[in-house]
Amino acid sequence: MKTRYILLGSIALTLSACASTPEVEEVVETEPVQQELPPPVVEPAPEPVVQAPPVVQEVYTGPPPGTAEHFKYVSGDDRVYFGYDRYDLSSQARDVLRKQSEWLNQYGQAIVVVGGNCDERGTREYNLALGARRADAVKAFLVSQGVNPSRITTVSYGKERPIAGESNEAAWALNRNAHSSVMVGGNTRS
Amino acid sequence: MLFRRSISVYILSLVIGLFMSVSMSMPAQAQLEVDITRGHTNPTPIAIPDFLNAHPETAQISKDMAKVIRDDLERSGLFAVLDPASYIEKQTDINYQPKFADWRLIKAKALVSGRIVRESENRLRVEFRLWDIYGGEQLDGLRFATTPDNWRRIAHKVSDSIYKRLTGESGYFDSRIVYISESGNKVNRKKRLAIMDQDGANPQFLLGGADLVLTPRFSPSTQTVTYLSWETGRSQVYLLDIETGRREILGNFPNLTMAPRFSPNGTKLIFSMSKGGNSDIYVMDLKSRSTQRLTTDPSIDTSPSFSPDGRKIVFNSDRGGSPQLYTMNANGSNVKRLSFGDGRYTTPVWSPRGDLIAFTKSLNGQFHIGVMGAADGKGERILDSSYMNEGPTWAPNGRVILFSREGRGANGRSSIWSIDLNGQNLLKVPTSGAASDPAWSPLLP
Repeated sequence: MKTRYILLGSIALTLSACASTPEVEEVVETEPVQQELPPPVVEPAPEPVVQAPPVVQEVYTGPPPGTAEHFKYVSGDDRVYFGYDRYDLSSQARDVLRKQSEWLNQYGQAIVVVGGNCDERGTREYNLALGARRADAVKAFLVSQGVNPSRITTVSYGKERPIAGESNEAAWALNRNAHSSVMVGGNTRS
Repeated sequence: MLFRRSISVYILSLVIGLFMSVSMSMPAQAQLEVDITRGHTNPTPIAIPDFLNAHPETAQISKDMAKVIRDDLERSGLFAVLDPASYIEKQTDINYQPKFADWRLIKAKALVSGRIVRESENRLRVEFRLWDIYGGEQLDGLRFATTPDNWRRIAHKVSDSIYKRLTGESGYFDSRIVYISESGNKVNRKKRLAIMDQDGANPQFLLGGADLVLTPRFSPSTQTVTYLSWETGRSQVYLLDIETGRREILGNFPNLTMAPRFSPNGTKLIFSMSKGGNSDIYVMDLKSRSTQRLTTDPSIDTSPSFSPDGRKIVFNSDRGGSPQLYTMNANGSNVKRLSFGDGRYTTPVWSPRGDLIAFTKSLNGQFHIGVMGAADGKGERILDSSYMNEGPTWAPNGRVILFSREGRGANGRSSIWSIDLNGQNLLKVPTSGAASDPAWSPLLP
């Protein structure tokens, strides 16, 4: 449409230049006039110098909605992390758990097993009790966000399920976590 | 699944007339004694020749039995077993008094002479005599009857007899260890319930190994083991009859149960249960199956262990802000803090003698195995320290402690170690692979 109006404007200018009277007569077309454009001049395409950037498409590329992978994807993580011998939730942990609960509230048929984990700097039995604390802290928060408690099971693995095997601060920090493992439609937990 | 052949195979231990009248009287010579607390600094030299044997079928056993006894006594740290190649006298009949002068020459203070008599295809008679070389007298003489496949247990019983006669305290050699056999690195570790003799012989799996299992413990009957399994997806306390393989979930509580241990008479099981994240201590009567809650504190209460008289319980709690040891009466009353030292105290275990509590303590990046007075927490002694030591368990006589040790890093392996109550004689228990969570049985019947 824009092209069409510019074209009309140039026709009007041509007309006024040919008129004898000094008054400039404005030709205003209220209705657009459809005209055929002249055929385009076909020139050989220039050699592309730079590859054109790909067109950004608003297409979802994440895991299939409603799956365990999707839960992790939209929550940012399926684990939240704790300080040494602590089971209180950091603000970062709460942010992740809010997203987890939004997902759980959206996919009401899913159930979740929250597994409490500890680093290796504690004895086995104490860590089992501490892991139970961590799992329950996560459960309580999810429930506060509207998730039905009957959908949440807590377990503790103590220090038996580390995700990082090294013996250093970075590995211990990763291993102090509560893992939300969702099960959807009879899928078994990995 | 492999279950050990019934060990109730008859063992006739007959203290019969093997005592001989040794006419030699040496009143000035004190009878040979081994000091159980200080004996390690000067182990008693003892000679143990291969057992005499007259039948080719039992030739190997007669050598192996002597080897098992030598190893038992050597590992106790209280004895220095003299090299059999140095023995001058070659006895041909154990019913005759040895030539004491020959044994004094090689500095032996005690001599064990034994023999095996093959009475039939399925029956052996094993006899031994323990001689005091300087006192010139027989200290002990016993005869056992058994099946040939049971020879190891007889060897351990001989070791126990010698130990008891010379130290005045019962031994721990005829006993077993239930433990967790491990494989894989730390992020992919497999754990499997297993059992072995106290010296690492006869290792056998008790469960298939599909599920995570932890912290097995013997009942005083030695037939039943309690342990923790994730068979149903969450931790639950199980009972396993190791003779029949029959197992059951204890109580099938809807909550997580952990840290099981038998009462000293085996009629009760004490454990912790987590409700809403809060673990407290409970006790169950195994006959009536009634359960009583013993602690109600909102902190972590776990790892309970009965005193040998069954009247008190030591447990682990962080009610004071960090994990510490507490005692209470068996009904949950009269809670008192026991540990006041630096560090974090966990896994208390009451000694079978009643006077000490073994524990794990973490301090300054190390995990320590130690003991303290059961009455007041005083007299703390650290026995061994490493990157990760934990889970002490007492020998039946309360003189030796086993514990788990795990190495650093992703490939850090677990192993089982023994140490004497005086902090000496640290030894690795030979296991076929990585192993953790040992629990010592009582002496076998």
